[in-house]
Amino acid sequence: MAETRNARRKTCGGRVSIAAPLFVLATVFFLLISRSPGHAAGSGAEQPGAECLACHGDKTMTTTRAGKTVSLYVDGKRFAASIHSSFGCTGCHADLEGKDLPHETPQPVKCGTCHTTEQEQHARSLHGKAIARGDALAPYCVNCHGNHDIVAVKDPRSAVAPLKVPFVCGQCHREGTTVSRNRPIPQDNILENYSESIHGEALLKKGLSVAPNCATCHTPHLILPHTDPASSINRKNIAATCTKCHTQIETVHRKTIRGELWEKQANVLPACPDCHQPHKIRNVFYAQGMADADCMRCHANEKLRRARDGQSMYVNVAEVNHSRHSEEPGRLRSVACSQCHSEVNASRVRPCETIVHGVDCTACHDEIGKQYAASIHGQLFNKSDPNAPTCKECHGTHGVLGKQDPQSSTFATNVPVLCARCHREGQKAAVRYTGLQHEIIGNYTESIHGTLLKNGLTVTATCTSCHTAHQILPRTDPASSVNANNVPDTCGRCHHGIEEQFENSIHAKRVSGFSKPLPVCNDCHTAHAIHRTDEDKFRLNVMGTCGRCHAQIAETYFDTYHGKVSKLGYTKAAKCYDCHGAHDVLAVTDPRSHLSRANVAATCGKCHAGATRRFAGYLTHATHHDPRKYPFLFYTFWGMTMLLVVTFVVGGIHTLLWLPRAFQMRQELRAAEEKFAATLDAPASQEGTDA
Amino acid sequence: MPSDRRQFIRFSRLQRILHICMIVSFMCLALTGLTLKFSYTKWAAVISHLLGGFENAGYIHRSAAVVMFGVFITHLVDLYKLKKREHSSWFSLILGPGSMVPNRRDLRELVDTLKWFVGRGERPAYGRWTYWEKFDYFAVFWGIAVIGSTGLTLWFPVFFTRFIPGSFLNVATIIHSDEALLATGFIFTVHFFNTHLRPEKFPMDITVFTGRMPLEELERDKPREYEELVASGQLEEKMEEAYQPIVIQTIRTFAWAALTVGFFIVLWIIYAMLFAYR
Repeated sequence: MAETRNARRKTCGGRVSIAAPLFVLATVFFLLISRSPGHAAGSGAEQPGAECLACHGDKTMTTTRAGKTVSLYVDGKRFAASIHSSFGCTGCHADLEGKDLPHETPQPVKCGTCHTTEQEQHARSLHGKAIARGDALAPYCVNCHGNHDIVAVKDPRSAVAPLKVPFVCGQCHREGTTVSRNRPIPQDNILENYSESIHGEALLKKGLSVAPNCATCHTPHLILPHTDPASSINRKNIAATCTKCHTQIETVHRKTIRGELWEKQANVLPACPDCHQPHKIRNVFYAQGMADADCMRCHANEKLRRARDGQSMYVNVAEVNHSRHSEEPGRLRSVACSQCHSEVNASRVRPCETIVHGVDCTACHDEIGKQYAASIHGQLFNKSDPNAPTCKECHGTHGVLGKQDPQSSTFATNVPVLCARCHREGQKAAVRYTGLQHEIIGNYTESIHGTLLKNGLTVTATCTSCHTAHQILPRTDPASSVNANNVPDTCGRCHHGIEEQFENSIHAKRVSGFSKPLPVCNDCHTAHAIHRTDEDKFRLNVMGTCGRCHAQIAETYFDTYHGKVSKLGYTKAAKCYDCHGAHDVLAVTDPRSHLSRANVAATCGKCHAGATRRFAGYLTHATHHDPRKYPFLFYTFWGMTMLLVVTFVVGGIHTLLWLPRAFQMRQELRAAEEKFAATLDAPASQEGTDA
Repeated sequence: MPSDRRQFIRFSRLQRILHICMIVSFMCLALTGLTLKFSYTKWAAVISHLLGGFENAGYIHRSAAVVMFGVFITHLVDLYKLKKREHSSWFSLILGPGSMVPNRRDLRELVDTLKWFVGRGERPAYGRWTYWEKFDYFAVFWGIAVIGSTGLTLWFPVFFTRFIPGSFLNVATIIHSDEALLATGFIFTVHFFNTHLRPEKFPMDITVFTGRMPLEELERDKPREYEELVASGQLEEKMEEAYQPIVIQTIRTFAWAALTVGFFIVLWIIYAMLFAYR
């Protein structure tokens, strides 16, 4: 046999490499079918899977799956010609081996049993991940490769032959398909643009099979979004991907490529698709009407208006040049018009006429786009709510500036003004809001944060410090930065020391183990109207604040000296937190508490210099209405009350009894006075006065 | 009535000054103290605010307390001088004719008075001090002792808790405040009635301010004293010229002010006790 092969090798030359394994396979195949008892009786011994085709060769054979009629016909000829024919049916449908007929619905075929690497890559790809999360539109092997008629990739008949790849991918990734309409794919008119690009032209119009197709750049199986660092089209990898073919490209891109700057400084320098836009690659890019200057031929005209609605289409070059997207030292890099307005088509006289969608910032700002989509703003936008703010409502359009720029609408001192546009009382966000927070802008402005911001302290908290810039969610959402469970973390980003104290206090769930809702920062400090804690208002209101939960203890506090003088507006008297601690409040039974046996005298001593342990025996929450808890106060009070009652009753009765006699005396006195006056009137009387 | 009429001297100059000091300090103490006792009423906050805030009210309260202690001590010194001047011993002072200490005759007069109230006898011939005047006098004695001692405890709690447990401060608070309520309540109702609002004296008796009373009033009110003075022939040396009308007018204005303040405090107490008590 070896001799025969050698002889063949000599005669067939280069083709021996294919012929030899085929010969071995054929031998194995013959051995296999000759051992199969069914085959001996079968009609054609060379027909693979003949036993199965006895039934499945019938074109009318159908079954019903999930209410749909499905054909079970298998084209025997095409299967026989396929690359897998030698394995027979049970080579893939292994679970049907030796089953009685009619057999049940077979398990899905696992191509990965043999194609391990491809299977593993596919699982990591976005297609595989879509399958894993149960996306009904996600493609399986069969969707691209077919099933019974799979042939070698290099065979022009293959479904994934280079010339066919754009159409295989295009099944889903062309305009108007279910996938392109329902899945967030940042590129538009992919197939159309590709077919008109220099790559597409070479492949599809000129039949150059080595011209890059989809899989050349995106890889056949490990297809990943450009934001994934492992992706072949990631900014850092794209140069390597393109130079697979364009190996000599540095001769025309001397400065960037020769100098190796594009690999060393991939974040700063343009990557291939920044100039040669994906899917639209032209041989001479700038000459084709995609340069900014070409856009400005029309858009520099101040009177330019859109025919549809008369909206100004004027673009202020100065504004763009001043923006974060312009090329200036310290700025990110220059971004061309067509990089944002990506639906332009260079083959048209007016490249912009193919634009149907607005600018999608997430093409570059992918992570932020995901945050926005999850936020309440993004949720409303997805519901097509007319009030939903998009990127440009906050960041502007051509003049967009970074948040570090004092001119920017997103600069710290401008953020409250920005949010106020919708969230000020009476504005569109405030009117649809049904929660408890009102006058938030006014309250914030008056708050300690707002006051500091007014004084120019840019690191103080603005709206976005607590609510986040893009992941804004209502506080009822567990993922919200202002959800009760997350508030300590949110505030703790700045007030870290306080958070540490709080997390060790009785108010922390971890410490107390209470299942009931416990107070977090804003329950005591409020959400927006946060005041300094040394202000009178805060000190005088804190008992009511604590009293919302600790009703009884707050009530009895007002029965003793501290509470009474606080009621009268005395701010210096001890308030709840002066004794119990503010953020480090603990049960009084805890040895670390400010009021524990060991610490209480020192705590009192903060105000009462020289206070002793015995002094601290003063009952700060005592009431004389509780005979069981405070018997001596109760009996002292009632003793004193009895004394009062007895004294007033005796005095009162004495006075009441006296009244009639007193009136009688008054009358007698009046009578005497009148008599005396009468004697004065009498001219002759001189001695009557002493009588 | 002729203005140059001579009147009977009932109170010495010192006694009159002490009574005025007592009124002023008592009013201040009552007003500032009650704001604290009834801190839960709106009135308390208003008055506290009018007095310049709680801290000021506290200063006023303690200053007035010092004046009150001063009155008390001065009176004791005066008593000591009286004993030295007119009595051989404390015993004689206490049992003497001018003594404030209640005796057997006061008991008899009380019984006779009650009989007179119900129409079963004549009005008793009261002497220099009637039994209710003696009661008022000792009520103040008792009040200053009780309120003063508890007040000092609350003023210097750190010092006093060297000797007493901290919770005694709570007890002292109750005693101080309830005894004060008793004092204000009693003075502004029973004392006011007994000496000023009594129909035959209405609207007020200013003897305690002028120190002197018309002789016929002495004869009518305290017949026994009058008779004793006439009998001993000492009446003439205890007579003095009456004050000028302008002095009387000033005294009346002051007395009216005190009466009014007292009256409003009583109304406030009643309001607080009936409608806002906790």
